[in-house]
Amino acid sequence: MKTIITATGNTEDALFDLRYGRAKYFCIYDKETNSSKFIKNEHADAQGGAGTKAAEQTVELGVKQVISGDFGPKAKEILEKFNIQMVVLNDDTSSIKDIINKIK
Amino acid sequence: MPRKTRPRKVVEPPKFKAYKPVCLENENNECIELFYEEYEALKLADYDNMNHCDAAKLMDISRPTFARIYEAARRKIAKALVECKEIKAVYGNAIFDKNWFQCTLCKTRFSQPEGLELLECPICKAKEIAKM
Repeated sequence: MKTIITATGNTEDALFDLRYGRAKYFCIYDKETNSSKFIKNEHADAQGGAGTKAAEQTVELGVKQVISGDFGPKAKEILEKFNIQMVVLNDDTSSIKDIINKIK
Repeated sequence: MPRKTRPRKVVEPPKFKAYKPVCLENENNECIELFYEEYEALKLADYDNMNHCDAAKLMDISRPTFARIYEAARRKIAKALVECKEIKAVYGNAIFDKNWFQCTLCKTRFSQPEGLELLECPICKAKEIAKM
């Protein structure tokens, strides 16, 4: 199962990003292979519709779970429609590594 | 132009379609339309005994807005009782949030999409889950 964790940087030491559509990077963690890779969020600085774009990208990547700080109404609607689990964490002090260790 | 109405979060729609009075006088066909969010406000404040502040947060609206919806609900029900009118449950401005849960240990909130059977906290794997 693949999980997206929103990140502020492209390493595992980077901090968790509380925003979903405007997160700098997405960390894609694969539970089966225990591997993670980072992709840049191209729409982080978009004028509008960042949440929708992020949700569409999530669907295309075949991810089943998204961990972020909050989800906008549009992103929520799309993720709900494609049966993707949303996890809301209000913890901006954790690094990506910490979160991966927790969900392992 | 007035601002767009913020959708009110409702956990569950009312389980009834309508309440009808049994009255002695000639029946009137008029009915009172009770919105889902008004039912929810009444339930949170008077049935679950929550204070308006917490209830407003749960419905994702401001406290004054919650108070207004609650007031409207009470007025509608009083009117229906006094004037022997049917109470009909109608949609209003509600949105549903039934698939959201909160872990009682680490306070993580998460959604549970359909088809995912196992109900556990995705972060701490605890089984102590509360419905939001």
